[in-house]
Amino acid sequence: MSTVLTIARNEARRIFVSPLAWAVLFVLQLILGFIFATMLFGYAQNAQVSDQYQGVADYIGGGLFGFATVLLLLVMPLMTMRLFAEERKSGSITLLFSAPASLIEIVLGKFLGLVSFMLATLVLLAIMPLTLLSGTHLDVGFIAAGLLGLFLMMLAFGAAGLFVSTLTREPTIAAVLSFGLLLLVWLIQIVANQQIPFAAVFGYLSLIGHFESLRRGIFNTADVVYYILFTVFFLWLAVLRLDIERN
Amino acid sequence: MENQILIEARELSRRYGATMAVSGLNLTLRKGEILGLLGPNGAGKSTTMKMLAGCLAPSGGEIKINGVDLAQDARAAKSSLGYLPEQPPLYPELTVNEYLRFCAGLHGIPGAEREAAVTRSKQACGLTDVAERLIHNLSKGYQQRVGLAQAIIHRPPVIILDEPTVGLDPIQIREIRTLIKQLGESHSVILSSHILPEIQAVCSRVMIINKGGSVYSESIENTAQHRVESVIAGLRRPPSIETLKGLPGVNRAEALDGGLFRLAVDKGADPREALAEAAAKNGWGLFELRSQAKTLEEVFVELTSGDITVHETQKEAA
Repeated sequence: MSTVLTIARNEARRIFVSPLAWAVLFVLQLILGFIFATMLFGYAQNAQVSDQYQGVADYIGGGLFGFATVLLLLVMPLMTMRLFAEERKSGSITLLFSAPASLIEIVLGKFLGLVSFMLATLVLLAIMPLTLLSGTHLDVGFIAAGLLGLFLMMLAFGAAGLFVSTLTREPTIAAVLSFGLLLLVWLIQIVANQQIPFAAVFGYLSLIGHFESLRRGIFNTADVVYYILFTVFFLWLAVLRLDIERN
Repeated sequence: MENQILIEARELSRRYGATMAVSGLNLTLRKGEILGLLGPNGAGKSTTMKMLAGCLAPSGGEIKINGVDLAQDARAAKSSLGYLPEQPPLYPELTVNEYLRFCAGLHGIPGAEREAAVTRSKQACGLTDVAERLIHNLSKGYQQRVGLAQAIIHRPPVIILDEPTVGLDPIQIREIRTLIKQLGESHSVILSSHILPEIQAVCSRVMIINKGGSVYSESIENTAQHRVESVIAGLRRPPSIETLKGLPGVNRAEALDGGLFRLAVDKGADPREALAEAAAKNGWGLFELRSQAKTLEEVFVELTSGDITVHETQKEAA
């Protein structure tokens, strides 16, 4: 376990000393801040829309988080592409492979390091709706469910991206491929809406469907379990892939 | 425990698709030895080292490090191992201190001892002055040293170095060699190189690998002694050629300029002592006596070039 934490700490340090992480956080915050402000003004000027929503938390929080998922879909592959691809390219991966650490520890450590970035994103995202607390009565539970949903979604994105990063030695290829993979799993929802057999199965597999209820403040264990299974599955694939590489 | 075996590899083989990179290789490393792996490009040196370091699983054979089977208990085996691959495994965005602290943690050095280990390793590799600089900004030679520092930070009994002096300038090469020699006093080292003088200068034993198998394994001393090819003797009042030819172990004698004689030697024999005695007894006026050993280079070329017979015939003729 201490090996996992050592690797995680190092990974987190490397993420936050790179300008990439800060550039990504900057762009995210800029765009989401813009969206947030626009929605806030829209809500203030046009109060009757609030009848269709369950208060300001639903309108602004839900709207903001819904938009954030799209942005994160674009951004997470950039954060995951380096994890293994770049290390393989520069040869630094041998440091981990020749150290007394198992593949599971290596993968978990790297993933946990990435989680530190997700938490930073989450904090920045949470601040915006929470500022409303000073001026209005806010349904904090609603916001919390939305943030939990976003976090779970990022875990899933991160795990899938990490797996793709083990497949190649070119970070850009890893980014493109994981973006494609995520979009595909996302869009399964479209298939689910068609009149075809097993539509319900496709609907269950889609990443977006499970976020929808959390975004609207409904906590359902099935959704949480879905994201955790998704994450574990891809991390496990990454371990398998690295093991094949050694043989 | 002077002769404790630290690495034992038996019948090691590795296949990449259809090509056998290494086949049936046996290797032992004893305590206090610096073993040099020599071989032409593509002979399987790097592959062998990757397997020894646990970065690559062998297709066949077994590796024991410090008595622990690498396949069965990788963690325990790897903990007595320090490895510097051909390309030093560095994180350029970290400072030397940050990087070495991470390596210390990775090798399971407890938090309290970590700083001491980092300091010791920096001192050993001459990195104290650049400790707070980003690895990215260091010269190639310093980066190589950081790689070395990483390999020795947990004081492993065995250090594996894959071409540690590649791409360095002559002064840096000398420094790294000195460092390796120092390391050899307290650790056992396996070193690969294709620079022959380097192996001769640094190693205590040399192993030549060709086409995935070991073709030569001998201590440096033996390499020098066993291969005495001829003796050059300088005599002020030389006897007849026939007399010189009659000395034990000499099979041919020829006169060179300036009172020098070249005596070709029977395989494994060394007539120097006998010659000196005879010279003293008969008053030949011996003023010079040296052996001409077969150099490591000649051994290397002989064993790794495909056409051994042609080569030897040429030698005979010359």
